[in-house]
Amino acid sequence: MKSFTYERANTAAEAVAAVAAMPGAKFIAGGTNLLDLMKLGIEAPVHLVDINRLGLDAIEPTEAGGLRIGAMVRNTDLAADARVRRDYAVLSRALLAGASGQLRNKATTGGNLLQRTRCAYFYNTDMPCNKRSPGSGCAAVGGLSHNHAVMGVSDACIATHPSDMAVALRALDATVEVISAKGSMRMIPIADFHRLPGDTPHLETNLQANEMVTAVILPRPVGGTHIYRKVRERASYAFANIAVAMIVREGKAARLALGGVAHKPWRVEAAEDAPAEGIADIVLAGARPTADNAYKLDLTRRTIAACLGDAS
Amino acid sequence: MIGEGLSRTDGPLKVSGRARYSAERREMGEPLHGFILGAAIGKGRVVSIDTSRAEAMPGVQLVLTHLNAPPQAEVIPKSDILDVQPQLTTDVIAHYGAPVAFVVADTFEQARAAAALIDIGYEVVAGEFVLDENSAAPEWHDESRLGDLDAAMAAGAATIDAVYATPYHFSQPMELHACIADWRNGHLTLHIAAQMVAQLADAVADTILIDRSCITVDSSFVGGGFGAKIALHAEAILSALATRQLNRPVQLVLTRRQGFTIAGHRPASISRVRLAATREGQLTGIGHDANIQVSPEGNWKEGVATVARALYAAPNRLTRTRHSELDTGVCEPVRGPGEVPGLMVFESALDELAEKLGIDPLELRIRNDTAIDPEKHRPLSGRRLVECLREGAARFGWDQRPKTPASRRDGRWLIGYGVGSSIRGHYQTTAEARVRLDPDGQVIVQTDMTDIGTGTYTIAAQVAAAALGVPVGQVRVELARSNLPRGNGAGGSWGSGNTSVAIDRACQALREKLGRVAGTGYNDLFAEVRRHFPTGIEAVGSTRGMDDEPSYENFSIFTYGATFTEVGVDIMTGETRIRRMLGVFSAGRILNAKTARSQLLGGMIWGISAALHEAAHVDPRNGAWVNGDFAEYLVPTHADVPQIEAIALDDFDGAANHLGSKGIGELGSGGTAGSVANAVYNATGVRVRDFPITISKLLPGLPKI
Repeated sequence: MKSFTYERANTAAEAVAAVAAMPGAKFIAGGTNLLDLMKLGIEAPVHLVDINRLGLDAIEPTEAGGLRIGAMVRNTDLAADARVRRDYAVLSRALLAGASGQLRNKATTGGNLLQRTRCAYFYNTDMPCNKRSPGSGCAAVGGLSHNHAVMGVSDACIATHPSDMAVALRALDATVEVISAKGSMRMIPIADFHRLPGDTPHLETNLQANEMVTAVILPRPVGGTHIYRKVRERASYAFANIAVAMIVREGKAARLALGGVAHKPWRVEAAEDAPAEGIADIVLAGARPTADNAYKLDLTRRTIAACLGDAS
Repeated sequence: MIGEGLSRTDGPLKVSGRARYSAERREMGEPLHGFILGAAIGKGRVVSIDTSRAEAMPGVQLVLTHLNAPPQAEVIPKSDILDVQPQLTTDVIAHYGAPVAFVVADTFEQARAAAALIDIGYEVVAGEFVLDENSAAPEWHDESRLGDLDAAMAAGAATIDAVYATPYHFSQPMELHACIADWRNGHLTLHIAAQMVAQLADAVADTILIDRSCITVDSSFVGGGFGAKIALHAEAILSALATRQLNRPVQLVLTRRQGFTIAGHRPASISRVRLAATREGQLTGIGHDANIQVSPEGNWKEGVATVARALYAAPNRLTRTRHSELDTGVCEPVRGPGEVPGLMVFESALDELAEKLGIDPLELRIRNDTAIDPEKHRPLSGRRLVECLREGAARFGWDQRPKTPASRRDGRWLIGYGVGSSIRGHYQTTAEARVRLDPDGQVIVQTDMTDIGTGTYTIAAQVAAAALGVPVGQVRVELARSNLPRGNGAGGSWGSGNTSVAIDRACQALREKLGRVAGTGYNDLFAEVRRHFPTGIEAVGSTRGMDDEPSYENFSIFTYGATFTEVGVDIMTGETRIRRMLGVFSAGRILNAKTARSQLLGGMIWGISAALHEAAHVDPRNGAWVNGDFAEYLVPTHADVPQIEAIALDDFDGAANHLGSKGIGELGSGGTAGSVANAVYNATGVRVRDFPITISKLLPGLPKI
């Protein structure tokens, strides 16, 4: 691990200013992903700004009838919140399908959005990775890609985004509130928050330099039956082979987003409210699997059908 | 007292953090910390190495490479796992991650950061990294042939001829490979996570060219071994070389990832199993051809093809092995060596045969029982496989098994039952234990046997207490130091048998010594000790190697078991989950019901893992382990292990030893893996012959939507 310095910020404005003041500085919240990556030398910040004491840990109703979730709300607390469980059950279920109890106790809402891919080649610093080292190539292409992306892939990167929470937020049309280094706030729709890899897979979000997530805003509840179906090889602590977030209303998939298939939470608006038998074809149009992960297409088809079956 | 389910005597130490594992020892003072830099290529040579940037880093005390490493023994190609293992003595890289440099610094973080600044130029040589039909050399090894298998296959009313694949496995005990080496006044002490301390001390002394009397190995507490802590690895040698050079203690803990590259693995295998039977289900032919990965560096051979040699009767038998020499690293014993891959595939094949014959798979196993070792033609001692099968079937409710595959549903779950037989050889090796009676009323048991979480501290106290007629609380057990009486450590499921017999014999010798002066009518053992031996009295007991025990010539000595498993497979997603599981085992006299149950359950979970979860994947381009961490190398979580139970039959195998005890460490795993595979088939009608059984392999066979 490269040596680094550390400071604790007390306000959001202080935090962004501190990161902006030092090139190579990073925010640290729960640290459940960043610390692992630092130990492996994949992340090497020169300075850490601890944002755990900023507050930003409340879940509050908004005037629009939704919820404002502070960026520092722990995954455990968010999943357990009575309003979330009642009105946004897909979010609670997605959170509880992720990681382990211990990790969820530490992991934050903002950090969860910003976690990095679990692509094994991203983790192996002996091998090329365009995310880790732009321009070095992608070892996953032509490597073992059983759990890699099938949608929105590029020749430069076939990694997936590992978050469960973000898939549910995508289905719920959440908005991400961020603060800039100058202290100004802006809102980024979740659809625009994460990026597809293209030829710049090291750029994973549309956050600008030194911007920090301060909250996630949920719109008014949309009702319906909320399903989060994470398909995985073991019952706990495993990344999704695929995951489906679905809100069913009147027998139709009114909202549909997928995890484990793309570089970002993969919502397919065109498939929403489509007749059941047509949904998967719309979802899978344009899929580009490898030989290793072609099974994900059939799995997606089957899991969507299973979710619709569960809701009926 | 022997057999009682006594809670672990070292339990309070462990749960309160007072049991110091190797890397937690500090009696030598604060150690320096080492970090190994592993090769970034799969095969080739180091052509240039520049350590100047690393050496300039803060806190760095020493950087070793093949250019400056101290003289060591000559490398032994195809070495035994406890042969000399010289480190950094060559520029040749034999596998991905093999050590190419070693940094010692004041802190672990400094050492690791400095290691990242070592600049290495490699010359890459094309390696062989893929096990397949073409990778095997043509020669057959370890062949056992009786009768004519081909003729039996031609004449069989039903036959199976199927190919199965099993992947690489790693032991990966929770406690990482760790060593603190302390060179002081010409003596080397290693606090190391090891399973066999005396043998390790021999190998370290021979490797670094010091006299054996100048080394002590201490493995007082070990956080799991599963075979991985038998072999001598780089952490022992590099920390020993460094402490001798620096005259300060040096700690070296491998990272979890290095557990995949510096410790060895269970090789991948491809098996062809052939079975022939009469219409009535009498086996007429048994064939198992295995193609296993072997390493040019080591000589460990996984006995995949040999597991059924004494499992079922059949007149025509052929079992043999071919070797695929690959550059994927060193093979080592991993819990259930041979049995996990071997029984998983063999018991699957037997299930396939039962299906073809239309005979209940439980019944097929019972019909092919044998009292005589079919290949060595001598009695099988303690052969109670059928009792395990019947007892398990009754308790499990085997009669409720779906008779037709893919015929039972519980909501979205397809339900299936499976059974698998287990068999494991019981071994005895030489071992010694010393028992001392102190006049102050304490019994002291000493042997170099280790307790790798298995319960040795507890059963050693129980055996001594029973033999001497004293309470367990009066017995102090000292283990796992190479200056104690020598045994053969924990491994191969022989540790508890060896140790208990040696302790019991030492106790009998003490009683005889005492009896000669005090007669046999005394009431107070320690009063007689004080009267006749005011400074105390001790005696040594021992075991002989099995080659020197007539009983092991007259009998084939095995342990047995049967596992029954119910699985659910999601009909839509192909996810498999265990619903319940029962194992019934026959393993001689159980020394401690609680620790034995724990071991058997652990073995069964190991079997779940092999059937459904575990596989280490090699990148075929460069030999790198792709999924080298616990996020990606899957083993069962708590949520994957619901209701499971293990039962040991009341048993006593006098052919094994006079205590009637046999080993249990490996027994639970192999047949269990088979039972899971068979349950998945029963649930789905899909036979996956490429382990582990995962979603993508089941999906194509599940009902179309």
